[in-house]
Amino acid sequence: MGGQRRRWSWRFGRNAPPLLLAMLPVLLLSACADGAGASPSRTTRSWPASHDVVDVLLLKNYNTRLVVLSTAALGIAAGLVGAFLLLRKRSLMGDALAHSTLPGIAIAFVVMVSLGGDGKSLPGLVAGAAVAGVLGTLVMLAIRNTTLLRDDVAMGFVLSVFFGLGVALLGMIQAMPQASAAGLESFIYGKAASMVRQDFYLIAGVALCAALAAILLFKEFTLLCFDESFASTEGWPVLALDILLLGLVTAVTVIGLQSVGLILIIAFLITPPAAARFWTDRLSVMTALAAAFGAISGWFGASVSALFPRLPAGAIIVAVTSAIFLASMVFAPNRGILARHLRQRSLKLKVDRQHLLRAAFELLEAKSADSRQVANLPFSQAELLAKRTWTPPQLDRILRKETANGHLGRTGSGDLRLTEAGFGEAARITRNHRLWEIYLVTHADIAPSHVDRDADMIEHVLEAELVRQLETHLQDHSGWIPSPHRIPPSPESGSSPT
Amino acid sequence: MNWTDFDTWIVVVGILTAVACALPGCFLVLRKMSMMGDAISHAVLPGIAIGFLLTHSRASVPMFVGAALTGILTTLFTQWVSRFGRVDRGAAMGIVFTTLFAIGLILIVQAADHVHLDPGCVLYGAMELAPLDTVALLGTDVPRAALSIGAVLLANLAIIVALFKEFRISSFDPSLSDTLGFSSNFLHYLLMTMVAVTTVAAFEAVGSIIVIAMLIVPPATALLLTRRLVPMLVIASAVGVLSAFLGHLLAITVPTWLGFDSTSTSGTMAATTGFLFLLAWLLSPGQGLVIQRLRSSPVTDETVAHRQGGND
Repeated sequence: MGGQRRRWSWRFGRNAPPLLLAMLPVLLLSACADGAGASPSRTTRSWPASHDVVDVLLLKNYNTRLVVLSTAALGIAAGLVGAFLLLRKRSLMGDALAHSTLPGIAIAFVVMVSLGGDGKSLPGLVAGAAVAGVLGTLVMLAIRNTTLLRDDVAMGFVLSVFFGLGVALLGMIQAMPQASAAGLESFIYGKAASMVRQDFYLIAGVALCAALAAILLFKEFTLLCFDESFASTEGWPVLALDILLLGLVTAVTVIGLQSVGLILIIAFLITPPAAARFWTDRLSVMTALAAAFGAISGWFGASVSALFPRLPAGAIIVAVTSAIFLASMVFAPNRGILARHLRQRSLKLKVDRQHLLRAAFELLEAKSADSRQVANLPFSQAELLAKRTWTPPQLDRILRKETANGHLGRTGSGDLRLTEAGFGEAARITRNHRLWEIYLVTHADIAPSHVDRDADMIEHVLEAELVRQLETHLQDHSGWIPSPHRIPPSPESGSSPT
Repeated sequence: MNWTDFDTWIVVVGILTAVACALPGCFLVLRKMSMMGDAISHAVLPGIAIGFLLTHSRASVPMFVGAALTGILTTLFTQWVSRFGRVDRGAAMGIVFTTLFAIGLILIVQAADHVHLDPGCVLYGAMELAPLDTVALLGTDVPRAALSIGAVLLANLAIIVALFKEFRISSFDPSLSDTLGFSSNFLHYLLMTMVAVTTVAAFEAVGSIIVIAMLIVPPATALLLTRRLVPMLVIASAVGVLSAFLGHLLAITVPTWLGFDSTSTSGTMAATTGFLFLLAWLLSPGQGLVIQRLRSSPVTDETVAHRQGGND
């Protein structure tokens, strides 16, 4: 029973989460559809004409072109630096940094107003945000390097305390008589749809810097990500590299904040690199893929938002990155959930099959008068069931599979009987198992009474080449091999063990 | 400065919030999941939106339920993404909460036809307004926020006291906890449910920034001062209480020096607890920067003489 329950949870418990996760985009789509088509009375909600779609996707409209190119460039930059952050397990750094810019914005506003300027001038606010971001980064590094607290605490501290300070400062200057500070906090919530040429140049410039730095310092950053202590013993300036990397993150975050908003820049830094990680084990490919994913989601999301004015650009872009991530997580070859699941399933099938054949062969050995001359006799399902701890439904399923494979047949009286091919295969599998057992007993000092289970862990993946090596290694055992340990008798057969 | 009943209630609400957050926060920090509060407070947006869209009212109960459920879902999704996708937990958290926030934003934009649901209000909260919304209780007017957060605090306290041993073991050694028969998975989800409910209850009443700060900073401060769990819980609560009181005091005094009215207590509370952390970071008797500097200072004749004198 226990085995069956475990099996049930294996079949459903492990598949349920990915299935539920896969429902997210459906929810998302229904939300979009609601916005796009629910009430036909509104003109803004009708589907756009096909030539509009083509115009937007091909960037024919000036405004759309600006927004789409800017978000795509930002996606590239964020994907590049985000890949390194992901490998350093600091993905949420962008989150912490983005929040920590708020006091800088407030102070920049106060300074600019008291100097008699326009409190909301963009370069001033960006500079203030950048200074606060750099300060936040330094505090994070200091906490990490001088206390026993870990990265997550350092990030959470900077995020909440800096943001709180910003809220307090904004609360004060809301009442400033000289200039209206209203809408200042919307700086960090972005305004993707109303970007101007200046924004594009700023973003493109930062994206270019990020790309250059990622290419020129690729080797150094790789070293920093994979083996920090080795880098420092080799004499690389680890702290300086760390600060440089975080500086790039700060630049991308600050530029992204005012153009596309807090949540989007966080998602841009985390999601495309995490999606790229599923497709490759090479950092160079992963960085390039992350940049490409960022660019695609920026382009596609901004286009969708241009076509449906009621859908906020930032949210749609985040949704696109999440969809890419989800697709990668499920469908990527090798590392994807589906591929891993199929691999495990086929291995499990193979193991089940081999267990069945070996159990059958050992049964026949016990039945035969001379254990060196094993005869292919019929045997009952009950005898087989007693050989291993499998449940009747489990055994039924494996039997069906093996019958379909042509290794097993039924006699007229309903008993089971191995076919010619099945008998050969069973003999081969049993022989491999025992070869490995004997190897373990003679060369790995494993007690004969324990060797069965240890052998079980590897025998299913023994390849022909390895078997030949084992044979030459254990020259005595070129023909039939007796089991090195006592095989427990099946209660039904009642015959003596080998 | 005029201290009124109003201010007293704000401080009481602040103290209740701080302690309600600091208790589960200690376990979050020990489990390296500090950013969970931040993730949950962003991710509950779709829950609020769905609660609103289903009932078409701004009554807080459906929104609260929606938010709490989404909060729990956030932790569940995070766990799944990091386990089944083998993604770093921080990254999984970030992916899940940005996705949920985006869904929430899209939903809210659809709902905004009917009513103004301000995402900014969700994020900032309005602690100063908490005492205005009162409920008559035992002859006095008690703020509703104080009641709801007080209830959450009591629930958190009860759960932690009742399952203290289990929480302790599963925080430090999940496999030992499993072997001893307390499912570390169950305790993990219980803790996450506590965090989600606390986060939602608190930010409905006082704003999310306090929640995030109080979940992380008081426990981190406590961890700088002690390496034992019970003192850590006590110190974290004390730091929370202190920052609620000092935070409000600052909010109504400091701006008047600079010629302003007053400012957001949420912000100053977060900043004050940050300041207390800074003090502990510098002056902690065991791990403080000052004591580290003193310990590593070169040994001079004078210190040697002093130490020999001390040994006699």
